[in-house]
Amino acid sequence: MITENFNLIIEYIMVAKQLSVFLENKSGRLTEVTQVLGNHGINLSALSIADNSDFGIMRCIVSDPDLAYKALKDAHFAVKITDVIGFSCPNTSGSLAMVLKYLSDNDVFIEYMYSFANGDVANVIIRPSDIENCEKILSEKKVDLIAASDLYKL
Amino acid sequence: MECMDREQLREIQGIRLRKIVDYVYHNTPFYRKKFQEMDLNPEDIRDIDDISKLPFTNKLDLRDNYPFGLAAVPMSQIVRIHASSGTTGKPVVVLYTRKDLATWAESISRAFTAYGADNTDIFQISYGYGLFTGGLGAHDGATNIGASVIPISSGNTQKQITLMHDFGATTLCCTPSYALFLAEALKTSGYKRDEFKLKRGCFGAEPWTENMRKELEQNLGIKAYDIYGLSEVAGPGVGYECECQNGTHLNEDYYYPEIVDPKTGDSLPEGTLGELCFTHLTKEGMPLLRYRTHDLTALHYDKCGCGRTFVRMDRILGRCDDMLIIRGVNVFPTQIEAVILSLKEFEPHYLLTVNRENSTDTMELKVEVREEYYTDEMSQMVALQKKLVNELRSVIGLGFDVKLAEPQSIERSTGKAKHVIDNRKL
Repeated sequence: MITENFNLIIEYIMVAKQLSVFLENKSGRLTEVTQVLGNHGINLSALSIADNSDFGIMRCIVSDPDLAYKALKDAHFAVKITDVIGFSCPNTSGSLAMVLKYLSDNDVFIEYMYSFANGDVANVIIRPSDIENCEKILSEKKVDLIAASDLYKL
Repeated sequence: MECMDREQLREIQGIRLRKIVDYVYHNTPFYRKKFQEMDLNPEDIRDIDDISKLPFTNKLDLRDNYPFGLAAVPMSQIVRIHASSGTTGKPVVVLYTRKDLATWAESISRAFTAYGADNTDIFQISYGYGLFTGGLGAHDGATNIGASVIPISSGNTQKQITLMHDFGATTLCCTPSYALFLAEALKTSGYKRDEFKLKRGCFGAEPWTENMRKELEQNLGIKAYDIYGLSEVAGPGVGYECECQNGTHLNEDYYYPEIVDPKTGDSLPEGTLGELCFTHLTKEGMPLLRYRTHDLTALHYDKCGCGRTFVRMDRILGRCDDMLIIRGVNVFPTQIEAVILSLKEFEPHYLLTVNRENSTDTMELKVEVREEYYTDEMSQMVALQKKLVNELRSVIGLGFDVKLAEPQSIERSTGKAKHVIDNRKL
């Protein structure tokens, strides 16, 4: 049974809380967000920005999502918490494609993703269309999911 | 007065007009000169219909005669001096005798009474006190009906909320934009709505829309009434809504209204949109004839459901000088506001910036998205932006460059809201 796999011990929460911050496209806003986080002793472990010419959405994984949410809200930022899943795969050609194929074969779509390679492994954060199903598929395929608590500490 | 037979009313207006024309001819050198230039004698004015023979008065005339050139009495009889904020050029000065103040207080009292207020009410006057007529005008009107007055003036929002709560204010008087601001602050104040006794709001001093009324009534849990006025004519209380809320009744026994074509000055028939003008029928300190307000509206003379026969004015569509001509299209800020308020995803705060680039006008409209409608997904945020662009295009017929703004990033005003920045050099 799959429970033998170390990574799938059920106590780990795999769905992580990601912060999304709406930012107007003007200079200094990103500095201000990171300053607010810094002032509250919050560390950023992953960050990506989606933007068009008018505005951007900053998405990030932080050491303490609930505290960060409150701090940004108090500073009048438009901030949302979104569920995402993190996994790691070997930093070799074709390995990401393999994981993504598991999902597309099962009609789970990726709304967005961001990733960062670190030596032999690559860490990937995805926002799937169906998070429960995504988690189930990746577990079944023995993909190396990153527990939320680990993701916050990266 | 407010319910009197219209024929009788017109007779009184005629008598008063004859008197005032004679009065200014003998006491205001500015008008005597104008009459002489036009070869007009005071005797030529026999009834109210002759009003169209009289010269217009413009804001520029008030500026040219700064400060006291239009006084019809010696300064010893003037007991109050108000002045416009004077954002452009010299301030516009208005002078009141003791009787003028009493007339003004009576005008506002009629408004407050129409809103159902009486001496058991507690009025929170959050209009600015000072040269601006809002604060002291509402103050005198509320005092006149025997209500208790909290003369808090504008600003200091936290204190406004604390006193509104602790003193049990039943009636709020302020600009509609400040009321929106207060409503926002109330939400985060920690007080519950049922701890307040607030029943009604008297909002004026800037044009507002039916959607804004809904918004205010919902957010503040009150009945919101329009009070109309301008300092040149008296201040707030020139007109007011009754319980039917199908127009603003004008105190036409004191201030005679006409609608004229803003370009030609020709009188326009009942129900036609045009520029509102007022003639003082009883004023002593500084009577004005056919003063051009720049406010665009229409008048209706049929009897109102409330029983009042006083003429009803439509909601002010805008001001001739507020009107922006963008790529040849007439645009009123109130239209933009109405569109924004009709979409639940946006906050009622906006800032329109008009520029001219390569001889084409461009309009950038900054709006805030309501907190619950910000999303994590680009496509949905872009869809939100498009939704407003499309709605504006279908209502106004122009393409706006809509910029979604962060929460609280558009400046809130405590007085009259600044919604438009026109950078074009025309």
